[in-house]
Amino acid sequence: MSHLSPFQTFLLLSILKIAVVLVITLTAVAYTVLLERKVLGRMQNRWGPSRVGPFGLLQPLADGIKLFLKEDMMPLAVERPLFVLAPIIALSCALISIAVVPFGAPAYYRGVNLTQIADLNIGLLVVLGITSIGVYGIALSGWSSNNKYSLFGSLRAAAQVISYELALGLSLVGVVMRAQSLRLRDIVDSQGAHGAFSWNVFGGLQIIAFFIYLMAAYAETNRAPFDLPEAESELVAGYHTEYSSMKFAMFFMAEYANMITVACVATLMFFGGASSPFGHLFDGFANGVVAHVAFSIFWFVFKIFSFILLYIWVRATLPRFRYDQLMSFGWKFLLPIAMVNILATALALAYHG
Amino acid sequence: MPAALQIALFVIFGLLAVAAAVNLLLQRHPINCALSLVVVMMSLAVLYWSLGAEFLAAAQVIVYAGAIMVLFVFVVMLLNAGEEERTHGSRIAYIAGIPGAAALFCLLVFVFLSERQHLGTTQIGGYLTNATSNIRDISHMLFTSLLLPFEVTSILILIAILGAVVLARKEL
Repeated sequence: MSHLSPFQTFLLLSILKIAVVLVITLTAVAYTVLLERKVLGRMQNRWGPSRVGPFGLLQPLADGIKLFLKEDMMPLAVERPLFVLAPIIALSCALISIAVVPFGAPAYYRGVNLTQIADLNIGLLVVLGITSIGVYGIALSGWSSNNKYSLFGSLRAAAQVISYELALGLSLVGVVMRAQSLRLRDIVDSQGAHGAFSWNVFGGLQIIAFFIYLMAAYAETNRAPFDLPEAESELVAGYHTEYSSMKFAMFFMAEYANMITVACVATLMFFGGASSPFGHLFDGFANGVVAHVAFSIFWFVFKIFSFILLYIWVRATLPRFRYDQLMSFGWKFLLPIAMVNILATALALAYHG
Repeated sequence: MPAALQIALFVIFGLLAVAAAVNLLLQRHPINCALSLVVVMMSLAVLYWSLGAEFLAAAQVIVYAGAIMVLFVFVVMLLNAGEEERTHGSRIAYIAGIPGAAALFCLLVFVFLSERQHLGTTQIGGYLTNATSNIRDISHMLFTSLLLPFEVTSILILIAILGAVVLARKEL
């Protein structure tokens, strides 16, 4: 690769990074579905999928083939362009946010960082902005389906996402103030000094912000106990009632990709990103750059995995909220606490600095 | 980044913004108009970003495309507004509107071209290197020299919120 100009190297490596991250994310999405079904099954005292392949490990493949081969039904009275556009918006918005996530210690090859697709000064704002664009996928799918259950589902989902976006954004302000930057790499670096003790959730005293973020994120991704948009007993299946085949699969994948994004952001903001919980204690064992980067990626994946397990555990444990409870919880409880947290963090920073 | 790529970025998103704006005027269904406006906002955000105003770009996406336009789409969905009927419009609009718009366009072009030296130049896409971070500058400016306008704007928005609460109270 020595005869390539720096720009060509950058371009090639970027395309390679995007391809690798996309493949890994989509595989992770497929296996998150399997993990959820397995763990939910065990928690409800049954087996979960166990027929396809050893321990049911090929189940995602079978699901994928089934969804690909199903008839793609298009109801007659739908608003056709928007009906097709909505799942594309939902899935692409869910996948784009991964681009700014640093998923390992920085590793440079010819000046290109291999462990992050795009290192932006406003990385956090990009994630929040793309999440807020994702609302269009939900809103348009319900409206263009020409079905009252879809419309109700999408209205609920969109209202819920907009309401909880505020609490979510405000819960992250304390972390941004501590890191003095919106760049995700800087935020991770600000928590890297003493392992778990300097993570924002423990040493940074942002544990309240973390719980606000967690609850708002569950509502943001329309997951249990805030999964009112797809409340089966009231709304058939919510905003994707009229969708079938791959269009339905795109909404389904978007939901799980959003879960992974939310877990990534929680890890970066509150749990030190790809840094080891033991700080630099075991750095002697990981000699060389490759081992160091491999260990950092391992910790990142481990933290994401823990968050996804927590998601599944919550879904298996908690019953669904009522809609008015959901709204008053978001606006009257989470939002004021997030504001108090910002004030307290600002006062503490002003006092110390 | 090569200069050709920067020009390409500007041309693609500039044309996209113009095309979406024209589409906004030509579409008959309100939801298509609202979505065209979203595309305009997003293209403008990309142009801001290529000029180095990355915070402004993010704010444009989050506030305009993510919050205000969602509200528009919401209202259109809830009112179930149908397609507009095509009318010929008033005669005054044709007589006064088209020359007026042309005159305004000519005036703006004249001002920009004649004051070119005073406005300075910029390099499209030349700021995409992450070398500058203007969030600190913006916040410093907002809380020192522009503190009074900033606070007055906040109070203005607070008044709007109070007005909305009062109106909603009457309905209950």
